[in-house]
This record gives sequence, C-alpha cells and structure tokens, in this order.
Amino acid sequence: MTAQPVTLGKDLVGLEPLSAAQLHLILDTAEPFKEVSERAIKKVPALRGKTIVNLFFEPSTRTRISFEFAEKRLSADTVNVAATASSVEKGETLVDTARNLEAMRIDMVVIRHPSSGAARFLGERIRSNVVSAGDGKHEHPTQGLLDLLTLRDHFGTIEGLKVALCGDILHSRVARSNIWGLLKLGAEVGVCGPASLMPRHIEHLGVAILPHIEDAIAWADALNILRLQVERMEAGFIPSQREYNRVFGVSNERLDKAPKDLLIMHPGPMNRGVEIDSDVADGPHSVILPQVTNGVAVRMAALYLLAGGAPDWAAPPAAGGDDP
Amino acid sequence: MPSRTRILDGPAIERALARMAAEIVEKCHGTDGLFLVGIQRRGAELAERIATLIEASQGVSIPRGKVDITLYRDDFQTVGPRPIVGETKLPPSLDGKTIVIVDDVLYTGRTVRAALDEFADFGRPKRVLLAVLIDRGGRELPIHADVVGETVATVETDHVSVMVSELDGRDAVELVQDGEA
Repeated sequence: MTAQPVTLGKDLVGLEPLSAAQLHLILDTAEPFKEVSERAIKKVPALRGKTIVNLFFEPSTRTRISFEFAEKRLSADTVNVAATASSVEKGETLVDTARNLEAMRIDMVVIRHPSSGAARFLGERIRSNVVSAGDGKHEHPTQGLLDLLTLRDHFGTIEGLKVALCGDILHSRVARSNIWGLLKLGAEVGVCGPASLMPRHIEHLGVAILPHIEDAIAWADALNILRLQVERMEAGFIPSQREYNRVFGVSNERLDKAPKDLLIMHPGPMNRGVEIDSDVADGPHSVILPQVTNGVAVRMAALYLLAGGAPDWAAPPAAGGDDP
Repeated sequence: MPSRTRILDGPAIERALARMAAEIVEKCHGTDGLFLVGIQRRGAELAERIATLIEASQGVSIPRGKVDITLYRDDFQTVGPRPIVGETKLPPSLDGKTIVIVDDVLYTGRTVRAALDEFADFGRPKRVLLAVLIDRGGRELPIHADVVGETVATVETDHVSVMVSELDGRDAVELVQDGEA
C-alpha cells in the first residue's frame, strides 16, 4: 500500500500553510534543477507551452529576473507586467487585472504586491496557479525556500540548526518566511535587531529574541542578514545608518569572537558597510552568491510542482465572485 | 491474485550482462568514443556493471553517465502528482561520441524517445545504440534495441519487475501477471 504522494496544491502563497513534507518535496525537487542551470543548453521541456505572467506591482530586478530564468529554463512562455506601465495606473482593481489575464488563459501568475495577503486573494479568485514573489510584509516564500536549500546544502540538514535573522524584522517578509520554514523543519530561530524594528510579541511564533548582534553571533550556526532600508532612517526607526552599522553591523571583528565559523547569508541587495561589512560579504563563509544560484533552482522546482495538468477553465472560480 | 514468475536469477543476469558487454564492443567496433548512459534508475546501475565488464575485458577505461528523463516525458501534463526527478550526469558535450543507452526494460519505447530528446540538448552524438536487459515487446514508437539480454512476450496487464542488488537487495527479473484469466 503506497502512501498518498505529497503535492503542493494550486498556489504557493507562503510557507506557513505548508507541511514539513511539502517543504522537503520542494527542496528535493530543486536538486536536479540545479544541474539544468549548469548545462550548455539550459532548458528542459517540462513547462513547454505554459504561459506565465510575472505581475510585479513593486519594483524588482533580481527576483523578477530569477523567476524569468526559472520559467524560461522550463520552456514556458513568459510575459512581464510592471504595474507602473499597466492599467493599474488607470485605476483597475487587482481582481479585474487578474480576470483579464485569466481570460487570456494564463496558466500561472507570479505576483509581487505591496499588500499583505494579495497573493492568496488572487489565488482564490482565478483558476491559474499563483506564486507569491512577496506580498506586503507577509511572506516571500521562494526566498525562504532558497535560504532553506542553502542551509541544507551547507549543513546537510535543517533540523537542530541555530539560525539568527538579523535586521529589520518588523518590515521583513523574508524574515517571516524564514521563520515558518525553519521552525517547520526543526531549526531553532533567533531574531536580532533594534527594538524599534522588532515586532511585539514575536516570541509567540516560537523564536528567541537576541537583543544584541553579539548575542546572535555567539549563539548561531548561521546568520541571515537582512537589508536595512534607507526609508527606515528617514521614518525615524533608527538614528542613522552609521549608528546602525556601529551597533548591529556584522563585521569580521565581531565574528572573530564567535566560538565557531558562522555561515553568512543575505537575501540581497546588500548595503555594504551598513548591515554587513564588505569583507564579511566577500569572505570565505559567505554563501550570498550560492543563494542566488539556488534561487533559480528553487523557483523552477516550485513552478514545476504546481503546474500539474491544466486549469479547468470550465469550472467556476473558487471564491470571490463579485468582490472588488 | 497476481502471480510472479522468475525469468532471470542473479547468475543468469550476470551471464546476460557479460554477453551484452561483448556485443556492445563488437557492434561499436571497439571502444573508441564509447560512452554508456544509464536511464534512471535501474538502467544506471546496469550501465555501471556493463561498463565495468567492458573495462575488464578490454583493458581501457569506459566513461559512463546517467539521465533522468522525467522532465522530457511525453505524458508529463497528465501524469498526476509530479514524479521525483533523479540525477542527470552527462558531460557538457556529447559531440562525436558513440552513446550506448542502457535501460532495464524496453516496452513502449517512449522512455528511449525522451532520452534521445534529452541528448539533443547536450550536443550531437556520432551514433546512439540501445542496450536493454529485457525486451518485453509492445512498442508504441519505432524504437528498437541493438543489444538485448532476454526477450519476454507480455500483454498490457503484465508488469516486468527488474531488481538490482544496489537498489533492491537482490538481482532478479520477474514477470508479474494479473490473477484474472
């Protein structure tokens, strides 16, 4: 009697709804896709003839390019829609935009949107598969997944690892996805950053609060260093970037005091000299570039796993009806 | 209740592989440019064994690789939950090589077609041959094997089960037939 095979369902809108088995499925599936990116002809016919729209309501270069490569390497046809150039500027609602795409029989939508919950909102209203490339402050599931893959590559397993997420946790969807993914796979998670950028009651998620960067460095096996956005300084969350670097910056001076060599991760783009010093980013324990390589493989895996069969265009959409 | 009939036991498999190894060298007129590619999963194990046998008899090193054809399957859109994709290990270019595809069972021929598609993404081999341990008939495409271990007549409801010690703990080929008449 064989067990029910693990599948991903219709949409990937976050890591919170996924089980450990589903997370492992995506990570295991990403492995063979790494090899495809090493070939001379970087293409497999797996999603041949599928149409995928990258619907980006927030500016992005690296994430969009990463998804685009993932889609093209699977032989899918891709279209990029940047909100500034689209009818959204003319006041079209998200639902209408989506319904229009669906009328063109788009198979999958990759969406980045400034509102938390936008990806799930979309997934409930169109039959196409929906993948979140980041929604508001909620989650950035493929970033979480590529971070998990990178940790697993280095340590062999996630279970029992101590991972410290450092920086602006309050505004970070990358932090949230990492927290869900790491906890589900049995890691211990610490969050470290200025109190003004730390969500209240975050310990209720099951993470430890590490008040100082020195605590994080002393405790962790790996640091995932989040970008400090210059807007935070302008909004008064921190006094200055220089101050942030002085108090929370990850430097070799601080790392030398660690009991062991820490793995250094950063989702990018980096502010060298602010949250991370250049010689740390370029140092021997940095896996920042392998993270990028893993990003394409993980996105290929997610698209491959979701695109099972064709959407049933004749069936009514799941929910939403005339909701604006 | 399905019935299992032993077709080949361990020693019979070894004898078949030894003969196949010799036939491959004969059909390729030697070992120049020879490259064995096993189709995941059991084909890869058999390719390894055949390559070792050729090395022993010819005294030269035989390169080998493996392919997982899952992403090239023609039933991809309908096959249901995504099958696990195994490892593909091929050199960056197959140009000019004499490839021998090795698989455990040849049936419809669609797996071999998928492998040929995958090779096309790696270059232009000089020649491609097919070596299979079992040919069970039932071809749906014009594909033929150049080197065959054993031919078995089967019907659609039969299943040919090939076991290799590396993966299954023992070497055997068995025919599993439906209990219904």
